[in-house]
Amino acid sequence: MSFNREDTLSKVVGIIAEKLSLPAANITEASTFKELGADSLDIVEIIMSFEEAFGIEIKDEDAEKIKTVGQAVDLIHGARTK
Amino acid sequence: MKHRVAITGIGLVTPVGLTTQATWQQLLQGQSGLGPLPEEYGLHDYPVRAVGLVKGEQELLSTVLPTKYHSRTERFSQLALLAGAQAMQQAGWSKDVPTDRYRFGSYVGVGVGGLEGIAQAAQDFAQGGPKRVNPFVIPKIITSMAAGWLSMQFNLQGPALATASACASSADALGLAFRAIRDGYADYMLAGGSEACAIPLTVAGFGNIRALSTWQGEPAAASRPFDANRSGFVLAEGAAMLVLERLEAAQARGATIIAEIVGYAATADAYHLTAMHPEGQGAIAALQLALADANISPEQVGYINAHGTATPMNDAQETMILKKVFGEHVLPARLDHAVVSSTKSMTGHMLGAAGAAEAAFCALALRDQMVPPTINLTTPDPACDLDYVPNQARQHGLDYAVSNSFGFGGSNTVLVLKRAQ
Repeated sequence: MSFNREDTLSKVVGIIAEKLSLPAANITEASTFKELGADSLDIVEIIMSFEEAFGIEIKDEDAEKIKTVGQAVDLIHGARTK
Repeated sequence: MKHRVAITGIGLVTPVGLTTQATWQQLLQGQSGLGPLPEEYGLHDYPVRAVGLVKGEQELLSTVLPTKYHSRTERFSQLALLAGAQAMQQAGWSKDVPTDRYRFGSYVGVGVGGLEGIAQAAQDFAQGGPKRVNPFVIPKIITSMAAGWLSMQFNLQGPALATASACASSADALGLAFRAIRDGYADYMLAGGSEACAIPLTVAGFGNIRALSTWQGEPAAASRPFDANRSGFVLAEGAAMLVLERLEAAQARGATIIAEIVGYAATADAYHLTAMHPEGQGAIAALQLALADANISPEQVGYINAHGTATPMNDAQETMILKKVFGEHVLPARLDHAVVSSTKSMTGHMLGAAGAAEAAFCALALRDQMVPPTINLTTPDPACDLDYVPNQARQHGLDYAVSNSFGFGGSNTVLVLKRAQ
């Protein structure tokens, strides 16, 4: 089964929109989590949701490097298509 | 210098109504808020049939808490916010009213707390290991978080804490808040209680102590304080929050004074995990000490809101205790006797929230000179022979009212309230 990046992006945006109660339209690849209003607890919860939704594991040191939505998509998409 | 303490706002979220007005109106009409255990609880083979759940509050929640925070708060914090908002609005306070915020605190009595969140987290951990424990679990479930949320939403920077004494939790919250203002430690307090743990686990827990009503008929008839056919309490949830302030300050700013709190005492039986002392010594002392604290005699009390859980033991014991403290003044044969009622007949037992809710009912009774009934009182029990205002609310001239709360672990808490002049 193969996934395209668009699919990963839209799922990631959906998860962030739900956790932060934001309209999906407000979330772009360039958006930083900070701009979107996520505090440190939000980010931990969002990363956990990514792990559950995509059936992958995101190491803490990798999670720390994620600042933008696009970086999250890259990391997740990489893990999905291994 | 001792200040007099006024109640200037009351918020109620109960199985009987989502607001103070709705709850009080329903109580005066003898309406029960109790219903059947939801199907999804899966307790079909269990002898308990009734529960008291708050209904319809989810639509209102966004008015007190942004949607983003709904999943990171437990229900007991949500109900506390709804009740707190009502109380603050009635008292005329908002986030931006200037005052020394360090002298405005929030005390919220919580008996059990975030049990549902704990149970869910335990399941997640068992199934998925440590990485599956949500980061919001701990901040959600701890009992002080209701006070924390009230503090955040209303910008209260005085002490924010939970008090716990089982079924007396929020009576103690009110009592300690009363003292803080009376003795000059705070100018304003948002105090009361909240509880929302009526999940299947809790039903089983209380059921297996044999504390819950096993009435097999209509759920609205399951809570039968002082009735010969009582078999225990009905588990319920709810929140009651009150704004307290110095009487002079309330008068100076033209606030509506609903009633005054004039006395508080708390004792412990030092006897048994769940049973009351057979001679009721702790409860008798709490009543006498509270009356002394209020500087009044038993004969001045017009209404006693009983702990009245409807367990076979409590109601008989409490009757004996009231006779010991009030003597002939509480006997029905006496003209102008004090009347007693248990509003748990309609609200069920809201555990940590019960004490504050019942003190609020006393305040409203004093304001309206109307006493709420004990419903489902159809077959008198010889051991319970006082005037419990059976089945119908009654107009009754009142200057002072007393509220009793007795908790597991032997806690006995009594509050004395006075009519506003």
